[in-house]
Amino acid sequence: MILSIVHRATGVALYFGTLLLAWWLIAAASGPSAYSYVQGFMASFLGRLIVFGYTWALLHHLLSGIRHFVWDLGYGFKPNEREALTWGALIGGITLTVLVWIVAYAVGGGR
Amino acid sequence: MSNVRAKSMRTPLGRVRNLGAAHSGTGDFWRQRITAVAMALLIIPVVVVVIMLLGRNQAGAAQILGSLPIALIMLLFVIASCWHMKIGMQVVIEDYVHSEPLKLVSIMANNFFAVTVALASIYALIKLSTGV
Repeated sequence: MILSIVHRATGVALYFGTLLLAWWLIAAASGPSAYSYVQGFMASFLGRLIVFGYTWALLHHLLSGIRHFVWDLGYGFKPNEREALTWGALIGGITLTVLVWIVAYAVGGGR
Repeated sequence: MSNVRAKSMRTPLGRVRNLGAAHSGTGDFWRQRITAVAMALLIIPVVVVVIMLLGRNQAGAAQILGSLPIALIMLLFVIASCWHMKIGMQVVIEDYVHSEPLKLVSIMANNFFAVTVALASIYALIKLSTGV
């Protein structure tokens, strides 16, 4: 039940988080100084926190969205199925976020 | 819902006649699903691209983002996400904002925001691809 509003809340967060993606792409197109400014922000504690939150919001919203898609198709309405889908989205979202960040640090940290 | 319909003798059209426009059909519902599926398919390539770019300077990032398959992946993702978030935010506004003037202004602002973010990102990606 509570997960339904989390789907909506992460959606709203991602709405504003898209500004980060746009800012980053514009900076890459603008030149070295604009790009290093964005990199500096993303490397700061606040920047890392925002990007980590964005990663979780994106992956949770994705899995939670797949859950809604299963319901749209008319499946997964039994109580145990609903529970499984909901917990799957919650645990899957957190797990995938941590996994993506481990890979990101392993690959990007070495450069 | 279906029980109510079964008991009534009135046709669906008869029940809604003279109630005014619904302001939205099923078009947005369908587009919301299309863009969602598009992003679900694109998410793995996009995450791979972002990880490829980590720790690189602007020249390196610009070179990667300027390659055709990667630019295409990013363009599709930007278009799908901006479209999806515009529809999603409109649903949120329609659910929570009940003052008619404020609702219209919010929906307009939502459209401006989504289109601006989309076009700014698309412009940046095209600029990276053409190297201008």
